[in-house]
Amino acid sequence: MKLKIVVLAKQVPDTRNVGPDAMTPEGTVNRSALPAIFNPEDLNALELALRLKDQNPGTTVTVLTMGPGRAGEIIREALYRGADNGYLLTDRAFAGADTLATSYALATAIRHIGVPDLIVGGRQAIDGDTAQVGPQVAQKLGYPQITYTEEVLACKDGKIRVLRHIDGGVETVESPLPCVLTVNGSAAPCRPRNAKLVMKYKHAKCAMEMTEETPYKELIAQRPYLQLGQLTAADVEADLEQCGLSGSPTKVKQVENIVFQAKESKHITASDNDIEGLIKELLANHTIG
Amino acid sequence: MNNVFVYCEIEGTTIQEVSLELLTKGRKLADQLGVQLEAVCAGSGIIGQVEKQALPYGVDRLHIFDEPRLAPYTSLPHTDILVNLFRKEQPQICLMGADVVGRDLGPRVSSTLHSGLTADCTSLEIGDYEDKKNNRIVKNLLYQIRPAFGGNIVATIVNPDHRPQMATVRSGVMKAEILDPDYKGEVIIEDVSKFVPEEDYIVTVIEREVKAAKNNLKGAPIIIAGGYGMGSKEGFDMLYQLAKEIHAEVGASRAAVDAGFCDHELQIGQTGVTVHPKVYIACGISGQIQHIAGMQDSNIIISINSDPDAPINQIADYVITGTVEEVIPKMIKYYKQNSK
Repeated sequence: MKLKIVVLAKQVPDTRNVGPDAMTPEGTVNRSALPAIFNPEDLNALELALRLKDQNPGTTVTVLTMGPGRAGEIIREALYRGADNGYLLTDRAFAGADTLATSYALATAIRHIGVPDLIVGGRQAIDGDTAQVGPQVAQKLGYPQITYTEEVLACKDGKIRVLRHIDGGVETVESPLPCVLTVNGSAAPCRPRNAKLVMKYKHAKCAMEMTEETPYKELIAQRPYLQLGQLTAADVEADLEQCGLSGSPTKVKQVENIVFQAKESKHITASDNDIEGLIKELLANHTIG
Repeated sequence: MNNVFVYCEIEGTTIQEVSLELLTKGRKLADQLGVQLEAVCAGSGIIGQVEKQALPYGVDRLHIFDEPRLAPYTSLPHTDILVNLFRKEQPQICLMGADVVGRDLGPRVSSTLHSGLTADCTSLEIGDYEDKKNNRIVKNLLYQIRPAFGGNIVATIVNPDHRPQMATVRSGVMKAEILDPDYKGEVIIEDVSKFVPEEDYIVTVIEREVKAAKNNLKGAPIIIAGGYGMGSKEGFDMLYQLAKEIHAEVGASRAAVDAGFCDHELQIGQTGVTVHPKVYIACGISGQIQHIAGMQDSNIIISINSDPDAPINQIADYVITGTVEEVIPKMIKYYKQNSK
C-alpha cells in the first residue's frame, strides 16, 4: 500500500563529543564550539521510513524539521539518502519552545502539509534526552503512538505491526494507521548518502538560506525540487500563544555547570606494599569482605 | 485536592521498584507541602495485590483501576485514566518512572492537560520561584532538577502556572523506604469504563517477552566498573575474577560498552544505570561527566588509572596510579591472603 510518511528530524549540537571549550567561563553552553549534526536517532527513523518506501512503491517520505535557517541542512541530508521532500518550520515565534510548544508547532505543520499515514521520529534528541516530542505530537493529532520502536514487522490493511523495546525485553505491538512511531538508536542504521542524489540536491535551498552570494540562483529558480519547503507560524496558522516561550509551561529557573566536589584523595602506587596495605585497610573497616 | 500523585508501574501484579522509590519521595514532598500522597495503580487482576505493596510507603489514597485490557500497558487507556483522574482530583504534582512506560505515558498526559513535564530528574525539591518578567513570587513549586546537554549542565526546571507539575525519575535515583508497614490509607476501586472509552483500546500487544535482569547492579554493595582503559573483552575477564573474590557486581562506562568490551546492560551513568554502592572500584575509567552522574553517590570510590590526572580521581577516596593489568591481580592476591 502507498504510504504518506512524515519524518520528524532535528538538528542538534553534538553533545556526545564535548570538548573543553564547550562551556563558556560563565557556565553557559558555547553552541558554536559544538558541531551541528542530524540527531542520531532521527537517522534511524529516516531509515525505517525509507525501508517502508522500498517495500511499498508510491510511498512518499517527507522530512519536517523545526529550527533556524541552517537546519535546512537536515532536509538536504535526508534528500541525499532518499527522502522525497522536506519542510523547514522556522519562525522567531517558535524560539524558546519546550517540548510541549515544539510538539504544538510540529503538529500544526503536519496538519498544514497534509495528514500522513505514518509519522516517525527518533526516540529522543541528544541535546535534551526528553523523548517527549513524539508522544506529544501523537496526542496533539489524536493518533496512537508506539515508542521505542526497533523494527516494522508488517504494514498492510491500514495497520502497522512493530517490534519495540520494553524494560527487560521486547514486545510486538499492532496499531491502526495513522500513528506515530519513535525509533531507537539500536534500530537499523541509516543508509549512506547516494552519490546521484547528492548531485541532484546539493544546491537545494530553502528561502531563508538564500543570500546575495548564493550561487546557482537561476538553476534553483528553474528547478522546483531545489526549492526546499519553508513554513512560518503564519503559514501553518499557529496560535502564537501556544508557540515558543509563551506556549511552554516549563521554565528554566537556573542552569549550572557541573562541578564535582573534589575529595581529599589518598594516593597510592601500584607497589605490592601499597596494594596490600589498602586491602588490609578495607578489610579491617569491613568495607569489603 | 492539590495532592501529590504517583503513577505506579506494574508488571504482572507487582509494583515496580522505581514506583516504590517515587512513593517514598512523594511522601516527603507531600509532608513538606502539608498535603496527602495518592497513588494510581492500573492493571489486570491487581485488586487485593497492590494494596499491601503501596500503602506502607505512606499512601493516603490508593486508586485502583482493574480491567483485563489494562495489562500489558498500552499508551491510550493509561493516558485516559490519568487525564480523567487528574481533571477530577487536580493534583499539584505527579511523579512517574523515567523508564519505557513512564516516558511513553508522561508526555501524552502532559500534552493532553497542557501541563509541563520534566524528564529524567535526578533531584526534586520544593522551593519558591521569582518570576522576574511578571514581577511575582510563586511559592512552593517543585524544583525539577535534571542534567541537560549530554550531562554537561544541570538545569532546574519549574512549572509556575500549570498543574500538575509532572516529572519522571529514573530507577535507582531515589531510595525506597517503607514508612509504616501498617499505614492506613483509603483504597478506592475505580470504575474503569468511566475513565477509558472503548475505542481507545486500539493498540494491541501481540507478543511480549520480558526477562529478569541479568545483573543486580542497582542493589549491589560493591561494584567493579571497567572503562575504555580495560583495553579488551579479555581485560573485563580480570574484573570478573576480582568480582568473584570480593562478591561484587561488574559494571562499565559507556566508552567500554561502545568499544564492545561488554554488554550494554552493564552501563553505569546518565544513559545507563544509576548506582550507589558501598564501594565503587573504577578501573581504567577516565570519568566523563555522564559516567560520574551515575555513580558519584557511592560511599567509597577507588580509582585505578595509569593517568594520575584522570578526572575521576578528583572524586575518588583512593587513587591508585598504575595499570589495571598490574593492580587488579595484586588486589586478588592480597585479598585471598588477608581475608578469612
